[in-house]
Amino acid sequence: MSGDHIYSALSEEHGGDARWAFGTGFTDALAGVDTTVPEGVDGDDLALYCQMLGDDALVQAQRLTDWVTDAPELEEEVALANIALDLIGQARLLLARAGQADGSGRDEDAFAYWRGPEEFRNVQLAEAPRGDFARAILTLLVLSSARLAVFSRLSSSKDPVLAAVAAKAVNELAYHREYAVSWALRLGDGTPYSRERMVAAVADVWPMTGELFATHPVEARMAAQGVGVDPAEVSQEVHRVLTEVLTTATLDAPAPFPEPVVAGRQGTHTAELAPLLTELQKVAREHPEATW
Amino acid sequence: MSNDTNGTTSGAARPEWPLYEVFVRGKRGLNHVHVGSLHAADDHMALHNARNLYTRRNEGVSIWVVRAEHIAASSPDEKDPYFAPSGDKVYRHPTFYPIPEDVPHI
Amino acid sequence: MTTHTAPAPPGATTELQAEFDARIAADQRIEPRDWMPEGYRKTLVRQVSQHAHSEIIGMQPEGDWIASAPSLRRKAILLAKVQDEAGHGLYLYAAAETLGVDRADLTRRLIEGRQKYSSIFNYPSLTFADVGVIGWLVDGAAICNQVPLCRSSFGPYARAMVRICKEESFHQRQGYELLMRMMEGTEEQRRMVQDAVDRWWWPSLMMFGPPDAESPNTKQSMAWRIKRDTNDDLRQKFVDMTVPQAERLGVTLPDPELTWNDERGHYDFGEPDWDEFKRVISGSGPKNAERIQRRRAAHEKGEWVREAATAYADKHSARKAAA
Repeated sequence: MSGDHIYSALSEEHGGDARWAFGTGFTDALAGVDTTVPEGVDGDDLALYCQMLGDDALVQAQRLTDWVTDAPELEEEVALANIALDLIGQARLLLARAGQADGSGRDEDAFAYWRGPEEFRNVQLAEAPRGDFARAILTLLVLSSARLAVFSRLSSSKDPVLAAVAAKAVNELAYHREYAVSWALRLGDGTPYSRERMVAAVADVWPMTGELFATHPVEARMAAQGVGVDPAEVSQEVHRVLTEVLTTATLDAPAPFPEPVVAGRQGTHTAELAPLLTELQKVAREHPEATW
Repeated sequence: MSNDTNGTTSGAARPEWPLYEVFVRGKRGLNHVHVGSLHAADDHMALHNARNLYTRRNEGVSIWVVRAEHIAASSPDEKDPYFAPSGDKVYRHPTFYPIPEDVPHI
Repeated sequence: MTTHTAPAPPGATTELQAEFDARIAADQRIEPRDWMPEGYRKTLVRQVSQHAHSEIIGMQPEGDWIASAPSLRRKAILLAKVQDEAGHGLYLYAAAETLGVDRADLTRRLIEGRQKYSSIFNYPSLTFADVGVIGWLVDGAAICNQVPLCRSSFGPYARAMVRICKEESFHQRQGYELLMRMMEGTEEQRRMVQDAVDRWWWPSLMMFGPPDAESPNTKQSMAWRIKRDTNDDLRQKFVDMTVPQAERLGVTLPDPELTWNDERGHYDFGEPDWDEFKRVISGSGPKNAERIQRRRAAHEKGEWVREAATAYADKHSARKAAA
């Protein structure tokens, strides 16, 4: 009878029980991928580009982990932890790629723990305060929709590493977006109060959305070479997705995205980033010689 | 959903999320097997939660969820002629799920 | 707790009791719809729900370090571990619910401080070394406790424990591995590890509960096979298992009486401070109030979200029905 083998079956299928218990994000996305920087691609540009995408994920994950032990229900803590784990996994691969691309050989932790706020390249929405659950859901909805649009295109990147990272991430991001959509519908079309919270969340988050579709010169050059994606290109698609979700959630159709102005991508951040990084980097910086 | 069989439930029952039973097919070729239960507001959420909880979101795993109250059950081996510990929860944990002998050595 | 049965038609109880006793004697599993003595059910509700609460409260001491984990690898491992604990709490709440209690009610009992959880989680985690030591000692002790419970006579609990033990095998290993790495690091890191061991050793021994002589429920629970070993036996097993690991690691366990006893074939060890144990378990530990408050706040802040989900589900099932 099949029931005898349920646990072993689950773990066999997914590469051993340890990995199964670990959850997602621990498969080697780069197995068999050539990591040399493709000919003609500027290593410094590629490194900066990887930091942009990696920092978005890292900073967003740092905000999300705050919900673990603090969410409306235990099931949501598990779900949000899964999403944060996926994003940490993406950040690790992208930051490690940055260290290969610029020839410095720096590892993921060198980027995560030893850069100051002005060197971080994430968009400001990722660092914005987490707010209440409605705001967290709306932030996740916007960031995952934009990131999914970019990464779907990135999976055909000329850089084999970016392509492999993106191919793995697309499934993860599709799930993040679906999770955010399901909650956006429940909150928008739930109780009068939850609807009020969603309306407030849209008002808070929307002013920060313009930046997601602003093109930094590095992004422009990477896109021109077939390595990266120009975020301006996905603006319409993302707006359509968000409009559909919000109107299905019985909320007003959102305004157009604000003017796209580069900010975080060039190291310009809100006051929120520095304390976030202080906490993230605290232990590592207190023990610079330590091994973990 | 709430019941007072333990006699300590305080106050009136609030509208809590209903109970779902979860069945997982670990891999192709196997039956779906009951793995446990969870609470969710609707079917969609129940599937999400089941995937997160019982498979830590392995995409390849097939999952069924069903409202516990929709399961009809027959289990002549289980004697509950008058003492039903959870009367309103018709059938909780079917016996067709034996305990694996190979409990891992820590 | 003594055994007493639910009201039953005259004559029926003895027959059902005999059947229950025979199942237990044959080491068979009791399933939720079986007749069971009320004392058995009540003891299990307490045991399983306290275990569930322990998993949930147990997320906090380590969860406090997720934000500051000193490498991205450690951050991911720790997050996955704390997430597992939420999952384990949920498996256990599900098992408890088969006994006719409601999870929402159990949650209320936890956040109102009416139900206990493992006292170990009322100690603070002061440095990142605590993450490793919690994995090694606290999870190590938990595993000693839990592996025998995979053979609990109550089916749903036994099955939940199988799942949990399977997933937790990595918890202890990640803790020990972190400590090994730290011991290979700087002098300051080694001091951090020793300091954490000094603080967590005795509370870990207390996790097995009071000495057998002061554990009045043990006998009945063992007869029911919902407890498979005595507190003192499990404690001894844990000490025997842990001492060689401590030696390999290069830390000193803070017990001057700890010596190998050739005659017994076990380690002798000192007596934990049982007065402290009683203080902490009765709510006066360093972190009791804070741990409960955190859960209570999350529950209360989240109420409007849970209500919204219910309202949405109601509307949409009504629409579906009308269509």
